[in-house]
Amino acid sequence: MKKNFAPVTRLVPDLHKAKEISMKLSEKTLAGTAEASNFLTDFADVLLFITRTVKETFSRNFEFREFLLQCFQIGNKTLPLISVTGIIMGLVLTIQSRPSLAKFGADAMLPGMVAVSLIREMGPVITALICAGKIGSGMGAELGSMKVTEQIEAMEVSSTNPMRFLVVTRVLAATLMIPILILYADALGIIGSWIGANIKGDVTFTLFFSQAFSHIDFIDFVPAFIKSIFFGAVIGLVGCYKGYNAGRGTESVGIAANSAVVLASLLVLIVDVIAVQITDLL
Amino acid sequence: MIDPQTDAITPAKTNSINRVVEIKNLRKSFGGQEVLKDLSLQLFNGENLVVLGKSGSGKSVLIKCIVGLLNPEGGTINVFGENVGTLNPDDLSELRKKIGFLFQSGALYDSMTVKQNLEFPLRRIRKVLTKAERDEKIKEVLENVGLADAINKMPSQLSGGMRKRISLARTIVVDPLIMLYDEPTTGLDPVTSDEISLLINKIQKKYKTASIIITHDIECARQTANRIIMLQDGEVYLEGNLERFEKSKDPLIKSFFK
Ligand SMILES: Nc1ncnc2c1ncn2[C@@H]1O[C@H](COP(=O)(O)OP(=O)(O)OP(=O)(O)O)[C@@H](O)[C@H]1O
Ligand SMILES: [Mg+2]
Repeated sequence: MKKNFAPVTRLVPDLHKAKEISMKLSEKTLAGTAEASNFLTDFADVLLFITRTVKETFSRNFEFREFLLQCFQIGNKTLPLISVTGIIMGLVLTIQSRPSLAKFGADAMLPGMVAVSLIREMGPVITALICAGKIGSGMGAELGSMKVTEQIEAMEVSSTNPMRFLVVTRVLAATLMIPILILYADALGIIGSWIGANIKGDVTFTLFFSQAFSHIDFIDFVPAFIKSIFFGAVIGLVGCYKGYNAGRGTESVGIAANSAVVLASLLVLIVDVIAVQITDLL
Repeated sequence: MIDPQTDAITPAKTNSINRVVEIKNLRKSFGGQEVLKDLSLQLFNGENLVVLGKSGSGKSVLIKCIVGLLNPEGGTINVFGENVGTLNPDDLSELRKKIGFLFQSGALYDSMTVKQNLEFPLRRIRKVLTKAERDEKIKEVLENVGLADAINKMPSQLSGGMRKRISLARTIVVDPLIMLYDEPTTGLDPVTSDEISLLINKIQKKYKTASIIITHDIECARQTANRIIMLQDGEVYLEGNLERFEKSKDPLIKSFFK
C-alpha cells in the first residue's frame, strides 16, 4: 500500500516548490490584482492539502476510534433533516408530475419516472447540498475554532498528527457516510412518492414499489452512487480545508464555516455537471 | 545536576551536558514585524527559569519555537542536543513526548470531557500504561490541581481558572522532562496561585524537571524562580537571580517588582 503511494509522497516537496513559484509569479505578473494572486496561491494550497490528506490516509496509525465517532456524528446530526427532505422530495415530485403524465394517459409511468429522477439526480444532489450545509459548515466551524483556540497545536505537542487525527478521519467519514445517507434519502423519497400517489388514487405499496423498480437499470444506479462518493469526499475536504486553515481571530471561525458551505455547495454542483457529462458518454 | 536551591547558575560553572535547551541567535518575525531578534538563552538541567516581559514581547512565540510549532527564520534551538529545526516529523514527535507545554489559552479539547482531555496525551505518549494505571494517574493529577470532582465535566462547564488548572493537569500527566508553562497563574485567585506555584516546585523536585515559566505574576516568580530572564525588544534585557532583579534600579524592572 505504502509503496504505491510513493509518487504522491514525492510530489509533496514539488508542490511546495510549485506554490513558491506561483507566489513569485503572481507577485511579478499580477502585481496589484490581489484576487488573482490569492487564487493561485489558494489553488496550490488546496492541492497541497489534498495530497497531504491522501498521504496521511495511507500512513500507519489510522485513528479508527475517531473515524467511527465521526461516522456516528455525521449520521446522528443529519438523519432527521434528511428523512424529512427525502419524503418531501418524493411527495412533491409525484404530486407535480401526476397532471402532466395524466394528460398523456401515462399514469402508470408515474412510479418509474419518479424513482428514476430521484435516484439519478434529485436524491444525490439535494441530499449532498443539505450535507454541505450541515456537515461542511460543522467541520469548518469545529476545526476553525480548534485552530483559533490552539487546540490543534495542543494535539501536535501531544505527539499527534492533527492531519491524521482530525482531517483524514473526517474526510473518510464523509466519503463513506454521505453516499449511505443519499441511498437512505432515495428510499424515503420512494416512500414519499407512494404517499403522494395515494392522495389521489389507491396503490398498494408492493405494487408501487415493483413498478418503480422495474424502470431502474444498472445505468441509473451505479453512476449516481459513484457520484455520491465524490460528493462526500468534496464536502469533507472543503469543510476540513476551510477549518484547518482558519485565521487567528474568533471571527475566522464564522468565515471558515460560511465559506465552507458556499464552496462545498458550488463544488457539489460542479461535480454533478461533470458526472452527468461522463454518464452521457456511456 | 544543579541544586534547585542555589541561585543563579553562571555558565562558567556548567558544561554542555547540563543544558537541556540551548537557543542561539533566534530570530522570528511575522509579516515584517520582528518579534524575536538575536535571542540566546539556555535552560539548565533541573532549574526553574522564569521569563518576564511586557505583553507582546514574544514570550509565547519563544516557547512555541522550542517545541517546533513555529519555524524561526534564523538561529538554532537545541533540545537534549537535537536541533529542532532540522528534525524530521517522526523525530520531532518523539522529542515532543519529553516536553510538556501549557498553553496560555489552556487549549482544552472542547469536544471531550475533562477525563478524555487527560487521557488524550496519556494514550499517545505513555502507551504502555494499562487502563487502571491511566485512571490512577488521572485521579492523582486532578487532585494535585484541586479539581478531582470535575473529572466528568465538559470544558464549557468550567470557569476560566478551572480550565487553566485542568490544562495544567493535562500537561503534567505524562511526566515530561521539560515543562514550558505559559502564564500558569494568570486569572487565578491568590490562594490557588500559591498552590500552583507550590505544585510547580513539587514537580521540579519530584521529577527533576527543567522548566521555563512565563509569568506576569511576581509572587509566582518569587516562589518558583531559580533564575530570571527579562525579554524586551526581542532580546534578553536582563538575566540573573531574584535578588538581582529585586535590587535593580532600572525603571522597567522596577515596574515589574514594585
Ligand atoms: N501566529 C502569529 N501570526 C502573526 N503574528 C503573531 C503570531 N503569534 C504571535 N504574533 C505576534 O507576535 C507578537 C508577540 O506575541 P506573543 O504571543 O509571543 O506575546 P507575549 O509576550 O506572549 O504576550 P502576552 O504576555 O500578552 O501573552 C505579538 O505582536 C503578536 O501579534
Ligand atoms: Mg503570551
